[in-house]
Amino acid sequence: MATSVADQVPIAEGLFTWPSNDPRLIGSKCNNCGVVTFPAQNSCPACSAVDSTSIELARRGTLWTFTIQCFLPNRPPYEGPETPDNFQPFAVGYVELPDQTRVETRIKTNDIDKLHVGMEMELVVEKYIERDGKDVIAYFFQPVDELA
Amino acid sequence: MDVAIVGIGIHPFGRTDGATGLEQGVVAARKALDDAGVDWPDMEFAYGGTSAAEKPDTMVSKLGLTGLQFINVSNGCATGGSALQSAYMAIKSGMFDVGMAVGFDKHPRGAFTIDPEGSGLGKWYGDIGMALTPQFFGMKIQRYMHEFGISEDTLTRVAVKNFKYGAMNENAWRREAFSFDDVATSPMVCAPLRKYMFCSPAEGGCAMILCRADKAKEFTSKPIYLNAAVVKTRNFGSFEVFSQNQALDRADSPTVKASQAAFEMAGIGPDDIQVAQLQDTESGAEIMHMSENGFCADGDQEKWLAEGWTEIHGKLPVNTDGGCLANGEPVGASGLRQVYEICLQLRGEAGQRQVPNDPKVGYTHVYGAPGLSGVTIMSR
Repeated sequence: MATSVADQVPIAEGLFTWPSNDPRLIGSKCNNCGVVTFPAQNSCPACSAVDSTSIELARRGTLWTFTIQCFLPNRPPYEGPETPDNFQPFAVGYVELPDQTRVETRIKTNDIDKLHVGMEMELVVEKYIERDGKDVIAYFFQPVDELA
Repeated sequence: MDVAIVGIGIHPFGRTDGATGLEQGVVAARKALDDAGVDWPDMEFAYGGTSAAEKPDTMVSKLGLTGLQFINVSNGCATGGSALQSAYMAIKSGMFDVGMAVGFDKHPRGAFTIDPEGSGLGKWYGDIGMALTPQFFGMKIQRYMHEFGISEDTLTRVAVKNFKYGAMNENAWRREAFSFDDVATSPMVCAPLRKYMFCSPAEGGCAMILCRADKAKEFTSKPIYLNAAVVKTRNFGSFEVFSQNQALDRADSPTVKASQAAFEMAGIGPDDIQVAQLQDTESGAEIMHMSENGFCADGDQEKWLAEGWTEIHGKLPVNTDGGCLANGEPVGASGLRQVYEICLQLRGEAGQRQVPNDPKVGYTHVYGAPGLSGVTIMSR
């Protein structure tokens, strides 16, 4: 595994602050109607105004809904590290960030059977895969009670 | 100008090796022409829908190059429904007297493969494993079950019902009934939805001949009148497939908007509907679409399914041809298949699937990515 920041690339530019010791998702807030959007965009999907400000989103929220992906997604587009032989189901959900928005996210968990609507979740930004000799960094949310 | 359906045709859904999607569409088109007692040169216009097969307007090389107005339609899972709605408008406007809505498709096996960038999403969205429609279906019904107390048993009952009716439909793909346990113990796909609760991409074709209502009796003794045909897209705040974020304030879905507009257009209400086809890409969709279309309150589906009220002999039969679950989803033809079944039911030609007591008013609803719904109301 690559160890220095120089060997790490975010999965996409502008999704979260990077490099950072305390990374945050980057959204946008409409200066006309106040609606928050993720990922950030310069026009507002609610009121059509083209006047928004980039903001950092909350690190903690609650799980609003989720599902468990039980089959290996098609490649392309999927680039996860699993093979058909070692694939394990993974969770995807929406985390509601107070007064901001609900963000769609991969969920990182040690116990997929314990996921439930309403549980407290926290942002985790970490290595997802390796590509071209570099660690590709992505965002996840993980149950707060799993984070010491 | 009111609009009538005077001819219907279908190519069986499922897998037809050796026939292209377009060829299946041509079979459906010829059957619809025969059913109306007309010939292709009588068609003044056609709207043709597909998403994965040949361009529909190239059908003319097989049906005849008559110079008619032929417009291709592509509108996600609502492609077939959108072709019909376009044909409806063409006659409603007074511009044409008679024409065709046709749709067909031929999808590869397995789940739909999505191109995230082609859908206006970042490449990363596919990289990380979120560009999958079944995830949306799982997440939407998961939330709905949490809010309104729907049980997994109710998800199972929907699938058992639809496969039972598929087994009674000679044009369906899945013609095998499943027991409650078969469905409830089938492998999990996207929790809480299991393998036998999902429809699959498929093949098939379907066509309708539409005309001015005042000329309908020239073609058939059993015209079916289109009292409403509506397509609506999502408003800000509705929970739709491939949403990287959702607004905190929920808005009504495009299905709610389309349903309300259709009932207003037809001048009737949900209690007047005697048979309905509701989009059932999976069990959860049929459950949620029962309430989104105004047929029951949120949460009441638990009782409706337990009591069998959506069975053929129930108070509102739903998906009497087996729905998407038993027919699969060739998206160009899927919405038209729903209309085909309602026409059969209102004509009294549905055979062993016939809804009793001579139904006179029917309803169809199709839903598609990235958030649009098509609703029709029909009567005889």
